[in-house]
Amino acid sequence: MANGYGKGLLGATAIVVVLALLVHWIGIDALRQYQGDLWFYLQAHLELVLASMLASVLVGIPAGIWLSRPQRAHSAERFMQVFNIGNTIPPLAVLAIALGILGIGAGPAIFALFLASLLPIVRNTYEGLKNVEGSLKEAATGIGMTPRQVLWQVELPNAMPIIIGGVRVALALNVGTAPLSFLIGANSLGSLIFPGIALNNQPQLVLGAACTALLALLLDGLMTFASRTWLERGLAPAR
Amino acid sequence: MIELQNLTKTFHSNGKEVRAVDAVSLTVNEGEICVFLGPSGCGKSTTLKMINRLIQPTSGKVLINGEDTTSLDAVTLRRQIGYVIQQIGLFPNMTIEENITVVPRLLGWDKQKCQERARELMSMIKLEPKQYLHRYPRELSGGQQQRIGVIRALAADAPLLLMDEPFGAVDPINREMIQNEFFEMQRALKKTVIMVSHDIDEALKLGDKIAIFRAGKLVQIDHPDTLLAHPADDFVSNFVGQDSTLKRLLLVKAEDAADNAPSVSPQTPVAEALELMDEHDRRYVVVTDGANKAMGYVRRRDLHRQQGTCSDFLQGFNATAAFDENLRILLSRMYEFNRAWLPVLDAENVFLGEVTQESIAAYLSSGRSRGMKTNIVSPAEQVAS
Repeated sequence: MANGYGKGLLGATAIVVVLALLVHWIGIDALRQYQGDLWFYLQAHLELVLASMLASVLVGIPAGIWLSRPQRAHSAERFMQVFNIGNTIPPLAVLAIALGILGIGAGPAIFALFLASLLPIVRNTYEGLKNVEGSLKEAATGIGMTPRQVLWQVELPNAMPIIIGGVRVALALNVGTAPLSFLIGANSLGSLIFPGIALNNQPQLVLGAACTALLALLLDGLMTFASRTWLERGLAPAR
Repeated sequence: MIELQNLTKTFHSNGKEVRAVDAVSLTVNEGEICVFLGPSGCGKSTTLKMINRLIQPTSGKVLINGEDTTSLDAVTLRRQIGYVIQQIGLFPNMTIEENITVVPRLLGWDKQKCQERARELMSMIKLEPKQYLHRYPRELSGGQQQRIGVIRALAADAPLLLMDEPFGAVDPINREMIQNEFFEMQRALKKTVIMVSHDIDEALKLGDKIAIFRAGKLVQIDHPDTLLAHPADDFVSNFVGQDSTLKRLLLVKAEDAADNAPSVSPQTPVAEALELMDEHDRRYVVVTDGANKAMGYVRRRDLHRQQGTCSDFLQGFNATAAFDENLRILLSRMYEFNRAWLPVLDAENVFLGEVTQESIAAYLSSGRSRGMKTNIVSPAEQVAS
């Protein structure tokens, strides 16, 4: 316990130091100047991320479950290839294609981000369910659970650490890719970064980039905490 | 009671038909433990899994209490049968209480009843409910987990229990304890149990019946002692081992191997007792009272050229045998006290006979066995008749 506490203290100190250095670099004046913009864009950025993440979780997890069912054992890998190919297209290209089809604004941006974060969720849901120990499924079936009950009461809860791992990867990817949506006319922290680059305005650029990174860290931390507290009880932490 | 009728499973591999289980028929009576024994790949597990239809039989029937289960829906059937597997299969995401009450909850028991049932079962395996019910399986030792695995199968009070190498993953010391605990529970609850094992000692210890499988066929099903005394063929005798007669020591009880020793009463005159000993060629005789309760014994050398009655020369026993103790314990006791014989007494101290090295050897070589009546009669019986 004492050791964990010490580590926590060390981590907190490191974060404070890094934040102080950032603030020093950007400058208090610049921070005051961009305060309004920052809040506005941060909110827009969060909206993009949450909307696209929600969509990819709602599509990705059922897709992973569907692929992992025994009757699709032989065709599942081929389906996974489709998702894999989808993921080799760079986010910038996906944005361009979305622009071509759906036009400009937040809608196409959410669609592109949704596609970008879909694969890790599907892949991990599929792998997580496939890797639930055969003996657990045998025990569950043997004591009289229906296939649906086996899925909900045994397979999904025990695959949760791996599924959550996929969601976390998708989340980091999503937050990091969202600034690109500036290019198709959606509001995000990219609206600070790209003008910063264009105008060679260092404080503005760093502010946007740092906030994106911090947001990614914060959301990941929240996700991990929530999952450990509510979803992974009794399970060995995934390493 | 459970009855298998011509149960068969054929698999197709590389275009060839493989009979994993070939027309197995057997009956296990209510309250009995039947152990399926055999080398790996002999079809014993497949047979077990066809009973709760984790594997669909190719042909044949399973009857539970005379009712054909073929028409039953698999899920309904499984909820009426307890199931324990070697890997334990406790669900890591559920607490111990949730694990135990899985089947009752599937059957729609109310919360109160589930909680009570979990507490009742925990006390049966001597684990403190308060301390363990809210823990997760990961936080328990392997032995504790296996005990929970067993009581989970008992939770819904299913009359039939299927166990697939249930104690295989536990260390030897814990295994012994869990086996004993399970045996006591089984005897108290009178569950019908079918257990798969590859351990002959476990089978001998727990089984009321042992079914030996080889290459998908049932070779022999008998009482353990009969199996050891009369193996059906070379395969069975090799499987039970060269020391099968020594293994029988565990299964034969004192009352089986006791001879029909004479006894005298305390009032018997010394001369008469000496005459009796001469007649039977013995150096001692047990003294019993009017109700045939053993009081002690008299020795020939004490009575030699003496007057009076036997009560004057009575010696107390320093070692006796209870009627239900097995021969292995008795032999150990005979060596411990350096005795050539032990009086066999029942629960009320009534004298039943004597166990001697000779009577044990006579029983083991006589062809008689527990659980089976043969026309071969032991020397002791010949004397009696």
